[in-house]
Amino acid sequence: MRNKFLVGLYSDEDKMVDGVRKMRENHLEVYDVVSPFAVHGLDDALGLNESRLHITGFIYGFSGLAIALSFMTWSFTSDWPLNFGGKPHFSFPAFIPILFEFTVLSASIGMTLTFLLRSGLYPGRIREKLDERTTDDKFAVVFRISKKTTTEEIGKMKEMLQSSGAEEIKERELQRHY
Amino acid sequence: MHAESAVRAPLIYGNKTYHQITEDICRPIESKPTRLFMITITFTALLMTWGLFMIGWTVWFGIGEWGLNRTVDWGWDITNFVWWIGIGHAGTLISAILLLFRQKWRMAINRAAEAMTIFAVICAGLFPIFHMGRVWLIFYNLPYPNSRGPLWPNYNSPLMWDVFAISTYFTVSLLFWYTGLIPDLATVRDRAKKKLSKFIYGVLSFGWTGSAKHWQRHEALSLVLAGISTPLVLSVHTIVSFDFATSVIPGWHTTIFPPYFVAGAIFSGFAMVLTLMLVARKVMNLQQYITLEHIESMNKIIVLTGSIVGSAYITELFVAWYSGNIYEQYAFSNRALGPYWWAYWGMMTCNVISPQLFWVRSLRRSVWFTFFMSIIINCGMWFERFVIIVTSIHRDFLPSSWSYYTPTYVEISIFAGTVGLFLTAFMLFAKTMPVIAMAETKHILRISGDAQKKAAAAHSHSHEDLPGSIQVH
Repeated sequence: MRNKFLVGLYSDEDKMVDGVRKMRENHLEVYDVVSPFAVHGLDDALGLNESRLHITGFIYGFSGLAIALSFMTWSFTSDWPLNFGGKPHFSFPAFIPILFEFTVLSASIGMTLTFLLRSGLYPGRIREKLDERTTDDKFAVVFRISKKTTTEEIGKMKEMLQSSGAEEIKERELQRHY
Repeated sequence: MHAESAVRAPLIYGNKTYHQITEDICRPIESKPTRLFMITITFTALLMTWGLFMIGWTVWFGIGEWGLNRTVDWGWDITNFVWWIGIGHAGTLISAILLLFRQKWRMAINRAAEAMTIFAVICAGLFPIFHMGRVWLIFYNLPYPNSRGPLWPNYNSPLMWDVFAISTYFTVSLLFWYTGLIPDLATVRDRAKKKLSKFIYGVLSFGWTGSAKHWQRHEALSLVLAGISTPLVLSVHTIVSFDFATSVIPGWHTTIFPPYFVAGAIFSGFAMVLTLMLVARKVMNLQQYITLEHIESMNKIIVLTGSIVGSAYITELFVAWYSGNIYEQYAFSNRALGPYWWAYWGMMTCNVISPQLFWVRSLRRSVWFTFFMSIIINCGMWFERFVIIVTSIHRDFLPSSWSYYTPTYVEISIFAGTVGLFLTAFMLFAKTMPVIAMAETKHILRISGDAQKKAAAAHSHSHEDLPGSIQVH
């Protein structure tokens, strides 16, 4: 399915963030902002919810810890209780290094995969580009133009883009996920 | 926007624009390799091939090809392992710990230092793997249901902890490095002219667009990875030190080892970052990004960690004397005055005396002196590991089994081969990927760029009542 987008390109991130804030105050739905780096204050201006990635990190880490502890305990106390110089089979202090390493390993692999999966990033993923300069020095504010979008609304979008300092305004027809 | 005090020197010079940063950092990737590059990489690749051949030689004929004997069963192999692992500590330290401490100067060097970490850990891993002898049985280390009982690996053993620590460290460093690279690879992709490079960078950049939500998640991921990498990087060398500290060998059995090893690792890691970056900075024309302020900051960390290492050496000596234990006392007098005295005094000179020269500001800011010192420190830290390992074990509890260890050409070749591998990998990285984190550098341009600094200075002059540090909106 093809979709139409209205794109405004900015060179100054501060103007862009102020613009986005004003557009949302004027009840325009900003579809996305594409930028060459993480612009601070943009999440707030766009009204994005806080990422829940760190919560998943905790869950993965905790699961890793539980898996490592239960596995080491099971294999050393019940599956094959081997005598290492008369030391206890369940020698918790000696388990700590591996518990820690496995917790960190699980949390980081899990979080990275979640990040890639949720953002639809994988090797060889090809997305159509809004503009090639958005990974260089341009900040793009994107509106989606659906069938319901009225001409007045498009006019308002263009006007707001222009007044907030967009240097280039263009319409692009792309796949849903650009 | 939060602007930094004009008193603090800029981190980016040359009135850069965002586009200029992209141009400067992408230029080495997009230009043709120079003659010098081709000659150097051919040399390092040959060295690597020779080392790999000698590893094959070792596997074919066995560990008997090395100079190890029944008294000295850890020689150059474990020395090199600990040395490389130490070098591999700087990358994550710079990216993780300096991120948590909000040190903006890390931006120019973090990407290259992380890459260096990964290559150093690969070099390090080769030594214990091939020291196993029957390397094809390496999977015995893994806790998998096996036909030998199943008999599980000993989770109480520091050597087993090492397996987990090093593999975790490698994986997490790789993830941290690569997720940071994705947006920059997308920049290279969008600039690529040739079909092949468009395709390759397209595959490598995972379809990154720079959407606001993606950036938000990316930042969350980087922060949490930095948070968990910080204890990780400290744990890795702590666990490496446990390989020694949990034994009952005089000279190894000391509780000072974990902090002493960690400080030594950071010390040598920073020295290696300086060695590589001072060359890269010159060859790739990055003086405006890797400034004298960066070099000075790194040298300050070298003074700190070098002093910790120096204090640890002296503490060890003192405690050996104070313990009243003759074995402990002998281990240390033998280090300093025994047959390996040259290694001990090499270590003392390179690691204790020389970093103290960096208390002088003009020396901290001298590129040539820093480069020279970084090599001295790398040598000194190699001597340290050699001293700890070989001098502690070459005179056994039984004088009848005392021996002297010298490496064979096979061991020397394998070490040279890992240096070749490290340099080849680093040069390929520097030629194909952005060596400076572009997105992050652009992010600090308006905070720490020289144009911003001048504006801030002008602003503070016009408001005489304001101190140097101001908030500009």
